[in-house]
Amino acid sequence: MLRSGVIAKKLGMTRLFMEDGRQVPVTVLQLDGCQVVAQRTPEKDGYAAVQLGAGTAKAKRVSKAMRGHFAVANVAPKRKLAEFRVDPENLIPVGAEISADHYLPGQYVDVSGISIGKGFAGAMKRHNFGGLRASHGVSISHRSHGSTGQCQDPGRVFKGKKMAGHMGAVRVTTQNLQVVRTDPERGLIMVKGSVPGSKGGWVTIRDAVKKPFPENAAVPAALKASAEAAADAEVAAEAEKKDGDQ
Amino acid sequence: MDLIAQLEAEQIQALGKDIPDFKAGDTVRVGYKVTEGNRTRVQNFEGVCISRNGGNGIGASFTVRKISFGEGVERVFPLYSTNIEKIEVVRRGKVRRSKLYYLRSRRGKSARIAEQTNYKPMAGAEA
Repeated sequence: MLRSGVIAKKLGMTRLFMEDGRQVPVTVLQLDGCQVVAQRTPEKDGYAAVQLGAGTAKAKRVSKAMRGHFAVANVAPKRKLAEFRVDPENLIPVGAEISADHYLPGQYVDVSGISIGKGFAGAMKRHNFGGLRASHGVSISHRSHGSTGQCQDPGRVFKGKKMAGHMGAVRVTTQNLQVVRTDPERGLIMVKGSVPGSKGGWVTIRDAVKKPFPENAAVPAALKASAEAAADAEVAAEAEKKDGDQ
Repeated sequence: MDLIAQLEAEQIQALGKDIPDFKAGDTVRVGYKVTEGNRTRVQNFEGVCISRNGGNGIGASFTVRKISFGEGVERVFPLYSTNIEKIEVVRRGKVRRSKLYYLRSRRGKSARIAEQTNYKPMAGAEA
């Protein structure tokens, strides 16, 4: 049961006080005009997926080619695009806008984003090395990684040796985060715990791959009513056009 | 106001907590809900508030210190915790700093706090 995920913007973290006295740390994620921009179909592309767009981009800052792409879909230019593999029967019509009740409170999701960049980081920060001793003859190299290998045999440093280097700013997925609350009016999804990336960054939310699929989840997607109607009208118009072409 | 601040303000409103105006140096009695098995009762913790942290936001907390059987005990409570039945100000203290960590190294007479006799509620705060 593979259905589409969504693109969301990370707003920040807060806490929720529950009636039973529990406090839940949550990350607030916002759906900002998350619309279907294109479909990938098995007949045409060899696989089934939906391309979603989110946010708003100034039309004059969008390349001509992308403007054409958005014009075909008849949606406003989007800031962020992402593709989600879906089952062929779960394709969503182009132009439909996904609403926050796509996810149910209590269900589990996987959230992917670009982690915060740390720049060039030492081995202690990057790989949790212990460093060298504070005294007993150690000088200058208290935070160094120490030895990187053996002796004349093998006479080289093995590939993949953990060393200092660039850390962060990579795509990270946090699995099995629980959805605590959703607010379809404002397009908010609150998930328990932290999510990769900085505030204002884009993340993608999917149904958790390591948990059973929730029974009463909206398939293929929970759509905003107006957007749904518009999409239906569009599909009808398209069908008519096709008929006309034939 | 950004959306996070707005959400927090809404939650504070929804919780509908009646937080009295108190600060470090005041003696407060905190009614804290304790669950034993499936029975809940309210346990009072009375002592000097030695610190308030986080202003009036949803993440705010305060520390209460008391001497229990000759042993100093400190508890940190989240200000808006749903486990707190009520917060009651027993006595207004007169202190000159916002964090009274110096009380930790004092015992008996030197750990006393003078009472503030001319207490006026802060403008905009209800009692």
